[in-house]
Amino acid sequence: MSTSSFPERDAQGRVCTERGGISRWADERLGISTLVDLARHKRVPQHKHSFWYYWGGISLLFFIVQLFTGILLLVYYRPGKEAFESVRQITYDVDFGWLIRSAHSWSANLMVFAVFVHLFSVLFMKAYRKPREFGWWSGLMLLGMVMLFGFSGYLLPMDQLAYFATKVGLQIPSMIPGLSQLVNDLVRGGSQVGEATVQRFFALHAVILPLLFLPLLSFHLYLVQRHGNALPPGEAARPESDRRIIPFFPNFLAQDLAMWLIALNVVTILATLYPWDLGKPADPLSPAPVGIHPEWYFMSQFQLLKVVGALIPGFAGEIAGMTLFGAATVFLAIIPLFDPDSSFGQRARLTSWLGAAILGGMIVLTIWGYAAL
Amino acid sequence: MPDSVALNDSSGAGEPRRRDLLQIGMGAVAACYAGALGFPVYRYLATPAIRSRLEGEISSVAIPQKSLPEAGAATMFLFGTRPTMLIHHQDGAWVAFDAVCTHLGCTVGFEPQNQRIFCPCHGGTYDMKTGEVVAGPPPKGLNVYRVEVSDEHVIVSRA
Repeated sequence: MSTSSFPERDAQGRVCTERGGISRWADERLGISTLVDLARHKRVPQHKHSFWYYWGGISLLFFIVQLFTGILLLVYYRPGKEAFESVRQITYDVDFGWLIRSAHSWSANLMVFAVFVHLFSVLFMKAYRKPREFGWWSGLMLLGMVMLFGFSGYLLPMDQLAYFATKVGLQIPSMIPGLSQLVNDLVRGGSQVGEATVQRFFALHAVILPLLFLPLLSFHLYLVQRHGNALPPGEAARPESDRRIIPFFPNFLAQDLAMWLIALNVVTILATLYPWDLGKPADPLSPAPVGIHPEWYFMSQFQLLKVVGALIPGFAGEIAGMTLFGAATVFLAIIPLFDPDSSFGQRARLTSWLGAAILGGMIVLTIWGYAAL
Repeated sequence: MPDSVALNDSSGAGEPRRRDLLQIGMGAVAACYAGALGFPVYRYLATPAIRSRLEGEISSVAIPQKSLPEAGAATMFLFGTRPTMLIHHQDGAWVAFDAVCTHLGCTVGFEPQNQRIFCPCHGGTYDMKTGEVVAGPPPKGLNVYRVEVSDEHVIVSRA
């Protein structure tokens, strides 16, 4: 009797009814036990900085929430002319529509926050060093996409805030010589933010970005599996006998899932108690709402442009601000080349200082931005 | 020391029971959690269906005189959300049927030239006066409504 027949039969041709019959049948075809074996042998270091290991997983959970709530919103959302009306229906007419929409908005913000925590914890724990360079680079690209997700999704309700935030947001790259025409023709779909813009932002937000994001995320997660958790330098310097490790399965996974549960509860509580607002429909003829400002994760860039613009008036100021921002991004991208391994004591310290300067700069500029509203 | 021995004894016997209880408790909490997440999602997706069900829960429809069909013709209208057929027969009689084929749900049509109500999907044929099945696969006749004629309108209501 061939082993590929189902249900599994013994030598006499009787159907196997003992425990494990079906799981063995499935395992022979799917190789599940290899994966379980891998998970069983995987070890996770335990030390005083272990807490930061959870943040990649927390970011992933928020992304899953985004995927799930985003698909639910697709059921009623209509881009183009009816964008605002459809979001109004979701928020006020459809049962629990307000909750799904609020969960999507809150989880988006929390995801950006978690990704930033993940980025800086990896930076300070030097987890970008050999052999994890590609993990760092794919992570930076994922961060860039997360910001694009945020920017494109913000327009979709087409209320006053969404309209003016997108208008201003697209004005900034338009200031770079040569880019103006490109933004006009390809991104905005005209000289004014309108139906054409919502329609293509929707395509970007719900199709193009997920299509690029998912394979890159899979690559990122594959690398995490391949190289495991990085030891921070302080911990790596200790003799091996002094280090503590725990099995990934089930110990670390259980802790990871507990974190997921906490994160999920945070989204639910925020979405329930502080549901996301919907403003008035976008109207190009009415003045922009008072106190309009970018989302918090764009605030530091916005404030940087404002501050540099005040120091260096005019077009040169905009360029200087963008150069400064670009320099920080380039610095983040080349860290693994600059500080490739633990023998670079001096460089490692410089990386930490520059990383701290970027983080500190972002926090100060964000607070300053809100204070200056 | 006897205390600790007693403790050991009880933990040996009690452990599996405590673990079972814990697992049942965890399962119950997980089920509650799944329900708390699942219920809003179900209601969110089901909103249009629930609304249309409510819309369908009407007891009668009044059709104004000017929309009424001539003798020997029929008119289609919605009874709540159901397509419904009002036939004005040559002999002056009025009848109204649920215009949804009882076979697989296609909308049926009145064919005065053939003296029948016909479903083009699978050839279901109904009597134009009683709604009974004459030929084809439908398992039962069309649902009949009550019709009252007044000077201003015709009122169609559930029989």
